Amino acid sequence: MDFLSLKKEALTEWNDLLNGSVPVIMVGNATCGRSAGASSLIKGLNSKVLSKNIECKVIEVGCIGMCYQEPIVSIYNPGEPLTVYGNVSENDVEKLIDAHLIRNEIVNENIIGTLGDTQLENVNNIWETSVLKPQERLVLKNCGIIDPTNLNHYLANNGYGGLQEAFQLSAQEVLERVKESGLRGRGGAGFPTWKKWQFCKDQQNDTKYLICNADEGDPGAFMNRSLLEGDPHSLIEGMIIAAYTIGANTGYIYCRAEYPLALERLGLAISQAEQNNLLGEDILGSGFNFRIKIKEGAGAFVCGEETALIASIEGKRGMPRPRPPFPAISGLWDKPTIINNVETLASVARIMQNEPGWFSRFGTEKSKGTKTFALVGKIKNTGLIEVPMGITLKEIIYDIGGGISADKKFKAVQTGGPSGGCVPANMIDLKVDYESLTEAGTIMGSGGLVVMDEDNCMVDVAKYFIDFAHKESCGECAPCRLGTKQMLDILEDIVSGKGTMEDLDLLEDLGKGIKSGSLCGLGQTAPNPVLTTIRYFKDEYIEHIQNKRCPSKVCKELIFYDILPDKCTGCHICFKVCPASAISGDPKELHKIDQSLCIKCGMCMDKCPEKFNAIDVYPGNKVSED
Amino acid sequence: MENVNIIIDGRNLIVKRGKTILDVATENGIYIPNLCHHPDLVPSGNCRMCMIEVEGMRGQIIACKTPVEDRMVIRTESQEISLIRQTTLELIHANHTQDCTNCSKNNQCKLQEVTAYVGVDEKRLNSLRRTKPVIEEDESNPFFTLDHNKCIMCGICIRTCDEVQGTNALDYGYRGFETVVSTFGNRPIKESVCESCGECVVRCPVGALYPKEEKLPTRVVKSVCVYCGVGCNIYFGIRDNKIVSARGDRDSIVNKGRLCVKGRFGYKFVNHPERLTKPLIKKNGEFVESKWDEALDLVAAKFSVSKGDKFATLSSAKIPNEDNYVIQKFTRAVIGTNTVDHCARLCHAPTVAGLVQSFGSGAMTNSIDEFTNASTIFSIGSNTTAAHPIIGLHIKEAKRRGAKIIVANPKEIDLCRFADIHLQQLPGTDVVLLMGMMKVVVDENLGDSEFIKERCENSDEFIKSLNEFDLDTCEKITRVPKEKIIEAARLYATNKPSSLIFAMGITQHSHGTDNVLAISNLAQLTGSVGKESSGVNPLRGQNNVQGACDLGALPNVYPGYQKVTAPEVQEKFEKYWEVNLNPDNGLTHTEIFDQIEKGQIKSLYQVGENPVLSEADANHVKKALGKLDFFVVQDIFFTETAKYADVILPATSFAEKDGTFTNTERRVQRVRKLVEPPGEAKDDWWITCEIAKRLGGSGFNYNTAEDIMNEINEVTPIYGGIKYDRIDEVGLQWPCPDENHPGTKFLHKDRFSRQGGKGKFFPLTYKASVELPDKEYPLILTTDRSLYHFHTSTMSRRVKGLESLNKEELLLINPWDANQMNLKNGEFVTVKSRRGTVRVKTNITEICPKGVVSLTFHFHETPTNELTICAIDPVSKIPETKVCAIKVEKIDHNIM
Repeated sequence: MDFLSLKKEALTEWNDLLNGSVPVIMVGNATCGRSAGASSLIKGLNSKVLSKNIECKVIEVGCIGMCYQEPIVSIYNPGEPLTVYGNVSENDVEKLIDAHLIRNEIVNENIIGTLGDTQLENVNNIWETSVLKPQERLVLKNCGIIDPTNLNHYLANNGYGGLQEAFQLSAQEVLERVKESGLRGRGGAGFPTWKKWQFCKDQQNDTKYLICNADEGDPGAFMNRSLLEGDPHSLIEGMIIAAYTIGANTGYIYCRAEYPLALERLGLAISQAEQNNLLGEDILGSGFNFRIKIKEGAGAFVCGEETALIASIEGKRGMPRPRPPFPAISGLWDKPTIINNVETLASVARIMQNEPGWFSRFGTEKSKGTKTFALVGKIKNTGLIEVPMGITLKEIIYDIGGGISADKKFKAVQTGGPSGGCVPANMIDLKVDYESLTEAGTIMGSGGLVVMDEDNCMVDVAKYFIDFAHKESCGECAPCRLGTKQMLDILEDIVSGKGTMEDLDLLEDLGKGIKSGSLCGLGQTAPNPVLTTIRYFKDEYIEHIQNKRCPSKVCKELIFYDILPDKCTGCHICFKVCPASAISGDPKELHKIDQSLCIKCGMCMDKCPEKFNAIDVYPGNKVSED
Repeated sequence: MENVNIIIDGRNLIVKRGKTILDVATENGIYIPNLCHHPDLVPSGNCRMCMIEVEGMRGQIIACKTPVEDRMVIRTESQEISLIRQTTLELIHANHTQDCTNCSKNNQCKLQEVTAYVGVDEKRLNSLRRTKPVIEEDESNPFFTLDHNKCIMCGICIRTCDEVQGTNALDYGYRGFETVVSTFGNRPIKESVCESCGECVVRCPVGALYPKEEKLPTRVVKSVCVYCGVGCNIYFGIRDNKIVSARGDRDSIVNKGRLCVKGRFGYKFVNHPERLTKPLIKKNGEFVESKWDEALDLVAAKFSVSKGDKFATLSSAKIPNEDNYVIQKFTRAVIGTNTVDHCARLCHAPTVAGLVQSFGSGAMTNSIDEFTNASTIFSIGSNTTAAHPIIGLHIKEAKRRGAKIIVANPKEIDLCRFADIHLQQLPGTDVVLLMGMMKVVVDENLGDSEFIKERCENSDEFIKSLNEFDLDTCEKITRVPKEKIIEAARLYATNKPSSLIFAMGITQHSHGTDNVLAISNLAQLTGSVGKESSGVNPLRGQNNVQGACDLGALPNVYPGYQKVTAPEVQEKFEKYWEVNLNPDNGLTHTEIFDQIEKGQIKSLYQVGENPVLSEADANHVKKALGKLDFFVVQDIFFTETAKYADVILPATSFAEKDGTFTNTERRVQRVRKLVEPPGEAKDDWWITCEIAKRLGGSGFNYNTAEDIMNEINEVTPIYGGIKYDRIDEVGLQWPCPDENHPGTKFLHKDRFSRQGGKGKFFPLTYKASVELPDKEYPLILTTDRSLYHFHTSTMSRRVKGLESLNKEELLLINPWDANQMNLKNGEFVTVKSRRGTVRVKTNITEICPKGVVSLTFHFHETPTNELTICAIDPVSKIPETKVCAIKVEKIDHNIM
């Protein structure tokens, strides 16, 4: 079937779905949905629909980004707009179906908004909500909207239109379009995509490779996963366009094995594309051949580094190689190779699906387009967001994120994962683009945004990330292998009250040496969390070192628990739960904690009845009363 | 190569494009510190010491991997560079055993060198945490120790094992701070695939990999390895009249510094307490020590009564050229017979017989170094990595450079790991396999018709003989799928230059000469001979088997392959040696034992050989030896054969004498005296001269080995220009007719050395091996070699480490066959042939195909050659040790 017929058929199916006479229930069933119980919810929905004998289609969609609202269920009743409900539990199923499909009523308590052109009275269109309004969903536009297992859904939403467009152009013309878009690598470093492609395209070699880096390893990051789960064809389309441009006939998707659903959906999408002449020989009659293989990563963080990733595909231990030569010149099996991130390639598909100039309308002068972020941490609205470059941290945290959870005090935001740094609260007006973040000592990274509040100890945060880096270091070069461990050892001393002021200088010296000395990006960025926290939160370090106090009350060695004499009623609960037998006192008498026995587990405080709140935690060590 | 202008630290330099910054800096005396660099290895850039700055390039870059470009301005020092180097160095020191004075690498340590240059901030170093746990040393390998606590993780050992050895016994294990150099599964090294070559030990820049039992030498002498025909150049370290170390000569074109396990660690036999130190005379069935005069007088007296046809000499492929020359001269000029032969008869006799007929010379046509540049290497009947490990390395290097490798071998030998095509023919079917390939070449018109027309003869008749070999027949006989035969033929014929390697798998057959002729046919048909990196290369097994042949330890030729039966040659030697010489060819090795058994030969003078283990059908040899009137054994150890002697004369080993060995590529190399001989052991040539003089021989008054070489120069045209002063550093390859001749890198360049200058094709037919499996003896036994031992192991099993790495014979048998007999891995079985029985342990493995079993002949406890058959190739008289029929019997342990 040619492309036009494919598309025509797809449009018919899509239009029938959302304008048809049969009700449709869409359930967000990406990993975030599943962990909130979407799978059993779907089962419940199906059986309910069956038992009530309602003609209705139940389909699965990806993540729309509002992970805090999962499971999200959207219901289409013919003649009405698609209505989106959040936090739907299995117990809500009966109510929803009865109300929405049988009685034609809205269930107000779960409603998020409507989708589509038509409106419901007193209900916002979902795009007008504070969470979504500041966002520009270019790359994620299909996520949560279409069924990722249905090629027709993708096709109907302009899918593979970019490829069709690319095939009308020469490879160089496609490259010019990408250049004009201003797209920069979304893996974190922000190298202009067209430039990298041009290096590779200019190589005279019969064999070239395209690799998609889907080894999303940053703790707390799930941008790529959501895209792969919610809209896998957009990656495939982007890859074909990229391969066509550089002249590669084989592509690899290097995806971590910890993403089973993404892998499943990718595999399905690839076979759908193959069956419909979108992959394989002579794609859409263009004469261009391209195949995609999936390589599952085994969980090494360093394999997200492009040269280590190449080594891993080659069947070797995932260890980086020094550059130059860059992979674009000599990469996989010594052939010219382009490695792009999932988001970069999906962006390429969008760029080609739209008119020239479309993409560069978004963003700043140097950072064009949008960026997806996994917004996590001490934030009300956790989820996957896509914002135009240049948006401020404030807008992200307070408008989209809804502010700090439990209305605590905002302290810092960590970007770029273990390679990034922490930006303090006073820099909340910082613009989110490549240049501004770098200037602030952190990096854009692939898109992790971890929000921290007053309860986060920044020394502890730094220690967490350096611990991660030291465990994930491949061990090849000395600065990273030994240096990250050295920094960890020093931080461990500091959080246990054994640090010295000289250690701060030592940390900074080591950090600089490791950054400049390390072989690959892992080591070159590993000290960032430590260096930025020293830069912005030096006081906290000094508090740990000089006063042996952890102001955020996190570092166990530098805090103590105590019983408030005026509140303790001698209920004896703390006495019973203390695993270290550090609490003494007879029932109905004032209890006491023996600090020398206390292991600072905090169980006494947890169990102290709320009406008493007689136990609190304090920074530092209790001065002996004797 | 084009030159470029660069500036390093303000110095203007003109350097070659393509080199790295580190290379050109080093060449120009500019020191850039480095820890992980090794000139033979692909730069890995992991030590971060060689970081430099280049104007216009961001940050610091590594000098070891960055090529120079025109107008580069390079700084090797800056504040930032110092920070990186110092930080890194301090981190390494903080996690390194601080015990330099007790380290074997003290004062030769790269870490010390770099630290002295870069310096460390002591205060900062002292404030660093030292949390690395102590890891136990791996002492499992008999020759070296791995001490992780001194390892700086430069990866040189890992890369050497991969890039140079192709063994990949080592890699990084674990992650992050816990990363260590590790074997697969972090098992002890001895349990890994490590071949103990020790190359990693030599290259370790610190004391993390260090040899056991090695001492600092007081002096170093260059000589040649005694273990195989490759002839690796070794610097031996000597202390207290003992060899205490060995390292490969990096400048040697033969081995480029590399050595195998035997070459590097196998010299301990020299100082072994069991060395023969005094002449022994058998009196009343017991050997009694005697004075040299008594022994020599006795020998002379006994020899004097069995001169001429009653006498035979077996010379040695292990002793130098000079000694061989003297021994054959003694036999011919003093005893009056041409019956002098040596063990080449048991290895490459068909090579000489075949290649002399087709090309005019029986030697390797090309040099070892040329393999590296071949596009196709076809190894047939050679377990190259086990028997000629350093040539194995050349093949692996060729493979890395993109060469295609074809291996034809009945077994799945180690080299198959590098093979593009493995042809697994049944033992004894090589002619069919090769003729099949040639049929493809002819049918597909892939031959070099111009070469055939211009440089060869008899091609038409040969091509007719191919008709018998349609591919279906070939497949049936050889068991090689015809598609593979076609693929191999196309590759060899078209992906040139093609070089062919062969060894005992071709020669040790009753049709060995036919096998060799098939090879020479193939090379001529495709024009793959007489060219650089392209030719026919028989790999010689013993360290001086080439030289023993060259110097006339053969019954039909004088030194330099001058025919015994040619009157002008006889006249020349009669004139030079001032005696009358016997005009008839003598007897060959195998014929000698037949004649001894028949009572025709009464006296045997045997130098440096152990036929009781090495001769096919060894029981036949033992029987024959018992019939001799007088048997003299001249050797360094009391061998299995020496038991049968009447007199045993103690000789010097290679380490105690001067002389020359000629390696497999015809290169005559200097062997130098390293240590004083044990006891009263004497040079072989001296002993023979003393016997000769006692028998009235003249012309045996040499003072040094060089005196003998001077005589060789005069009577041996191919050795005419090979003088000691010319081969002091680098050996010369014969032919080298005069002192101005540079030696010959490859043979048959414009014309074949055969009379008339043309190569000759020989039509061939298939002749089956003499003893094929049948109902009673259903399996084929083929023989092979172990990497860890040499020949009958007289030397190698006296090296404790080699012995511990391979201490017993194992019968390799396919799981299918083992299953038929319900055999377990490692159980003792009885192997029986029509000639003998051997009790041996099994190793059930798919290395051997169904129906084929394999044994080495290294172990006197399990004398494999008591099983083999002495079926003789009619042309070259080699026995068929590669094919005989056997049966394997399970031992009923209840009876025992």
